[in-house]
Amino acid sequence: MAAQGRNPARGLDLETASANDLSLPGRGSPVLSCKDVSVYYGKFRAVSDVNLTIGANEITAMIGPSGCGKSTVLRSLNRMNDLVPGARVEGLIGYHGVDLYGKDVDVIEVRRRIGMVFQKPNPFPASIYNNIAYGPRVTGMKVDDMDDLVEQALTRAALWDEVKNKLHKSAFALSGGQQQRLCIARALATNPEVILMDEPCSALDPIATQKIEDLMLDLAREYTIVIVTHNMQQAARVSQRTAFFTTVVDEQTGERTGRLVEFDATEKIFSTPSDERTEAYITGRFG
Amino acid sequence: MADRYQGPRRARLATAGARAAVESVFGEQPRGDRISGMVFRALMLLALATALVMLTSLIIYSAWRGWGRLDLDMITEKPSRIRPEQAGYGPALVGSIYMIVGVIVLVVPVGVGAAVYLEEYAKKDRWYNRLIELNIQNLAGVPSIVFGILGLAFIARGPIGLGLVVATGSITLALLVLPTVIIAAREAIRAVPSSIREGSLALGATQWQTISRQVLPAAAPGILTGVILAVARAMGEAAPLLLVGAAGFTPFLPVLFDGQYSALPVQIYRNAVEPREEFQTLAFAGVILMLAVLLAMNSFAVWLRNRYERRW
Repeated sequence: MAAQGRNPARGLDLETASANDLSLPGRGSPVLSCKDVSVYYGKFRAVSDVNLTIGANEITAMIGPSGCGKSTVLRSLNRMNDLVPGARVEGLIGYHGVDLYGKDVDVIEVRRRIGMVFQKPNPFPASIYNNIAYGPRVTGMKVDDMDDLVEQALTRAALWDEVKNKLHKSAFALSGGQQQRLCIARALATNPEVILMDEPCSALDPIATQKIEDLMLDLAREYTIVIVTHNMQQAARVSQRTAFFTTVVDEQTGERTGRLVEFDATEKIFSTPSDERTEAYITGRFG
Repeated sequence: MADRYQGPRRARLATAGARAAVESVFGEQPRGDRISGMVFRALMLLALATALVMLTSLIIYSAWRGWGRLDLDMITEKPSRIRPEQAGYGPALVGSIYMIVGVIVLVVPVGVGAAVYLEEYAKKDRWYNRLIELNIQNLAGVPSIVFGILGLAFIARGPIGLGLVVATGSITLALLVLPTVIIAAREAIRAVPSSIREGSLALGATQWQTISRQVLPAAAPGILTGVILAVARAMGEAAPLLLVGAAGFTPFLPVLFDGQYSALPVQIYRNAVEPREEFQTLAFAGVILMLAVLLAMNSFAVWLRNRYERRW
């Protein structure tokens, strides 16, 4: 796959660059794009006609009521949907202009470059150290000093200070919020360009949520982040762009299909949305 | 004035309501419910007691009857039809150990491999996979003597033709317990949460890496327990071994692919059917020896499992 324009912002001085500084070079240049994307599970069309573009070093939020297909779209961005029997993607999902579902595309490489954090923290039943080292080991990354890499990943995920004295203890001994940051650190260890987050805070308390949000803002300087969330305030707080999905019921067949209603700057979605369904949702009138 | 009392009164009303609601759930049970609960509990206890009493009396009775021969000779000496007071279970014990090791060596890779295929690779909706699954469950219920006949026809004679040697016994017993091992291993693999698989795959691990580095290590304690239980069952089997040549009273230590062999349960049976009193004593002593071996194996399994689980 062509790695054109890969992470231009990497290497910037982390202290001075602010997360919302839109003047970052390369920010917003397209990384992932969906063109007329529909996802099917067997005969069931879960979501249809999605068109959106995910910009570099931005946080893109996907919101909408349950069952509207936002997680489905997210999981098709790194081909995790391949694991569901009968799942099928129509349309085009491009990653730097390369068709993600093309014949020659190596799924393993896709998932290495487009990492994922899940709804419930899912650390491996191993030590904190081995949780981080797992990704680099299985993908055969050339690592000069694994200790160094583990420290870097944990530092980026704002977890290093809390765990540096118990690296070889079980990851299960951490709190829920710490486990989720460990999972983020684990995703960072393989040096991805994009991180997909599927409701990463829904199993966490408000303080842990706050920490993850701060972390996301931090990480957006170096990574491109797509987040699915049920929490609209969260979308408003962290994202630069928001995609609003909803469920449309076919009058004749009664089939429910997810649809992308509106995709725009977060500020616009939350102040002057152009679709009335978006407005109804964000003002709490449905969903 | 009225407003000021509104608050406390509402609070009192609310508490009273809540208490009533809770009491209706957790309050005194009706008498009938309590009695049937006690009866049920007593019945359960009785069931447990029956099992325990049977087992302990069996062990105590065997120890008492076999007491005269619970010595080192019983373990090391070879069997004898003529002098039971000096005879022992040496060759039979070695034969059993050979077969235990053989069964483990055969059953672990094949059983775990089959379980991994069925759980991780097989498409559940294909008819042939469902057929395989159903038949494995059926095989687990096939009487052991049938496997004895299979071993005799296909392994001792027939296409493989190993003869009546300890390897034949081993393979026969392995076939006998293979379905049990597959079923236990599948349970253990299925118990590994799918979030672990997703987490691994999302990092760019291949399916095989995910299975070998995450799923199998996490399932290992469960698989191990299944294997040990299956092997313990195999060790206690006499019927299929009678068909594939386990002899009584063989004075020689077994060789894997050559010559006569014996096994503990078979030797116990041969001793027990001899008319003289000394043979009976020896048979009871043999029962205690076999129980000791089983206990040692199970303890080893528990130790190994705990060790595995503590690693993280």
